[in-house]
Amino acid sequence: MLYSSLGYYALLLGFVSSLPIFFFSIKNFKDKQILDYKIITFSFIQLFLVFISFLGLIFSFIYSDFSNETVFNNSHTTKPLFYKIVGTWGNHEGSLLLWLLVLTLFIFIFLIKSRELLKKYRILTVLFQQIIIIGFFIFLIKSSNPFNYLFPVPKEGMGLNPILQDPALAIHPPILYLGYVGSSIIFSSVLAATTLNYISKTWAVHIKNWVLASWIFLTLGILLGSIWAYYELGWGGFWFWDPVENVSLMPWLALTTLLHCILVLEKRSSLSSWVIILSITTFTLSMCGTFLVRSGILNSVHTFANDPERGLYILTFLFILIFISLFIFFAFHKLEKDKSFSFSIISKETSLLINNWFMMYFLSVVLVGTIYPIFLDVLSSEQISVGPPFYHKLIAPFLIPFLIFMAIGPQLKWIKSEIIGKFYLVVIFIISMLISFLIIKKLNVNLLINTVLIGSALYLFLVNIRDFFSKKFKNTSQNLSHFGFSLLILSILFNNIFSSEIITNLKVGEKFDNNKFQIIFNDLKKFEEKNYISFKGYFSIKENDLEDKLQPELRIYNQPNIITSEADIKTTFFNDKFITMNTVKDEEYFNIRYQVKPFMLWIWVSVLLISAGGILSFFTRRIE
Amino acid sequence: MKNKIIYSLTIISFIFLFVIFYKGLKKPNFYQPKSELKKNIPYFSSINFFEKEIINSEDIFNQNKFYLFNIWASWCVPCKDEHMFLVNLSKINNLEIIGLNYKDNYENAKKFIKELGNPYNKILVDKDGTIAIEWGAYGVPETFLIHQNQIIKRIIGPLNTKTMKDIESFLK
Repeated sequence: MLYSSLGYYALLLGFVSSLPIFFFSIKNFKDKQILDYKIITFSFIQLFLVFISFLGLIFSFIYSDFSNETVFNNSHTTKPLFYKIVGTWGNHEGSLLLWLLVLTLFIFIFLIKSRELLKKYRILTVLFQQIIIIGFFIFLIKSSNPFNYLFPVPKEGMGLNPILQDPALAIHPPILYLGYVGSSIIFSSVLAATTLNYISKTWAVHIKNWVLASWIFLTLGILLGSIWAYYELGWGGFWFWDPVENVSLMPWLALTTLLHCILVLEKRSSLSSWVIILSITTFTLSMCGTFLVRSGILNSVHTFANDPERGLYILTFLFILIFISLFIFFAFHKLEKDKSFSFSIISKETSLLINNWFMMYFLSVVLVGTIYPIFLDVLSSEQISVGPPFYHKLIAPFLIPFLIFMAIGPQLKWIKSEIIGKFYLVVIFIISMLISFLIIKKLNVNLLINTVLIGSALYLFLVNIRDFFSKKFKNTSQNLSHFGFSLLILSILFNNIFSSEIITNLKVGEKFDNNKFQIIFNDLKKFEEKNYISFKGYFSIKENDLEDKLQPELRIYNQPNIITSEADIKTTFFNDKFITMNTVKDEEYFNIRYQVKPFMLWIWVSVLLISAGGILSFFTRRIE
Repeated sequence: MKNKIIYSLTIISFIFLFVIFYKGLKKPNFYQPKSELKKNIPYFSSINFFEKEIINSEDIFNQNKFYLFNIWASWCVPCKDEHMFLVNLSKINNLEIIGLNYKDNYENAKKFIKELGNPYNKILVDKDGTIAIEWGAYGVPETFLIHQNQIIKRIIGPLNTKTMKDIESFLK
């Protein structure tokens, strides 16, 4: 009760503190030469108030204060403390408050970290950021207030969806949000810089840190979500091309492209239009993600909260932002005849530009796949669902040239590069195609596209390994990320080709035998935990004298009453053994699903390598 | 000139996008298999739970009333949870609740009803689960709201406050 009201009033005050920030910013814009210190002070006050508000919500959760509607809907007294805290952002209202917290935090960091830059630019960035912040304040207070009061006070809460009660998912949203919200700074800053015609080398150096930071968080956030889906949803996949996954992938694609464009802007003072449009796109797509997930316009396994009224608000807000940025882009951006931007066909610029276009293509495929069903539904009332085959067919072939250019690009120089001395590229290319051909041939998966695809991924892989040694650790960050990417594609491909699955019904004491291996159902035990009852199955997998013990679980949660199936996964260097069990209604039999998934570990490792490249780049720049 | 065309085209396409999203929002959107709605109920015959007589579906859903067809079993834990909603709904006059006892043990089912109350006007027995298949049921519990031999609403999983209100709104 106390914490809840404290949180509510802090939120209101935080909203009000936008006023002085606006006032002093506008006053200061024309006035003096230096930035008015009051702007920074009030930004800090706003951050502090939102933080207090967030703490208020956390404490309402910890003390199970069911007079708070959000707590009532998402918590329960028997829930472990960790999930009570985590439950704070596991729901719509709380997650938006977290958004707001990160928004105010980032603009404050921006103000501190941009001292050496143009005063007008800093003020304009603050103003644009405040527009976003105010939008979120109104949205929170008006239609998603996390501090709604319930009377009479319920005795018990509704509980948190059990599949959300998971450590990976506990940190997944905050990390993803850091990425999303980081893109808001890029957005505000690019609008400010465009208005002042300030898109320059200095600006690129400064904003690159923000791009890198958001990119790292977004990458890690997607990775965590994917790991969660892998072991919690129990389908054995790590990416389902589900709309909610797609909306996190789209800003990632835009942001990755932006990262490369910023490089060009920094080194060669060109591609400014790309940078502006991509910055706007990244943030718009992040917002669009919030809209699509929160409005319930899409059907998805992840749609946890939906409410059309909220959707309408986000939609309107999103389009206001889009129109503001379009206006600024068209009115202020001068399409300068890029005088410095002339380069030969064989140059870093060419390969970067080509891959930018490929990235845009991938982005459009995902975008179309995600929102086309909405279009069709509205225009013709026909409902379709776009599944993995669509994405695989449209993306896989184009990965081939993409991977090749990714391998060649970093080998070239800016402006103009010589072909002489690049003979090793051809040799490695032939070697990788040969290796790939031999692998595929041996497997009898006689598919041309597989050979070429694995070949090109292998090509990128080998070229990068060579670079690690030959370049003497110059530009290691880029090298590391590209290496990680090649490893990712290779692992995904091998994972797809080599995965196998057995589905069978067994009861205790029975075994399944298919000559290659045996699945033995040894025992079933019941455990009572704090907020669920668990049935644990004891299985052993015997394969050539090797025995693995696996214990999948069925959990019956008490609040809300949901049965979840917990997979048991045995991870080794080369493959994952993945087993789930499910009830077959009334009988003593259980449905057993056993999968062998090769190179699963490498998928996670490679994404970690990709982000490690980003982290490395972020910190080496600091030291320099 | 060229710039202006690009400008207006971008604006127009974004406005178009807005309209589509806006309309998309207004569309009702719950997971409801479309094919199952507004469909005539399947024809079947079954045994009456208490009287043990054979009974045809034509003789059950024949009045100008609303019927709630509820698939349940004593071994099904969520069924216990939704039972109080059924008991509440059974107080409504123009609604008849028909239970389908799915793959259950007679004694256990009887005990279940005795302990938690009997909201059903009739209980039918589906010993081998074939009737549930006829209805295209996903599992237990599952509930169908029927009017004039047509399924007008389908609830997969246990009833709750929200779905109960939905049902009541149909009855008004």
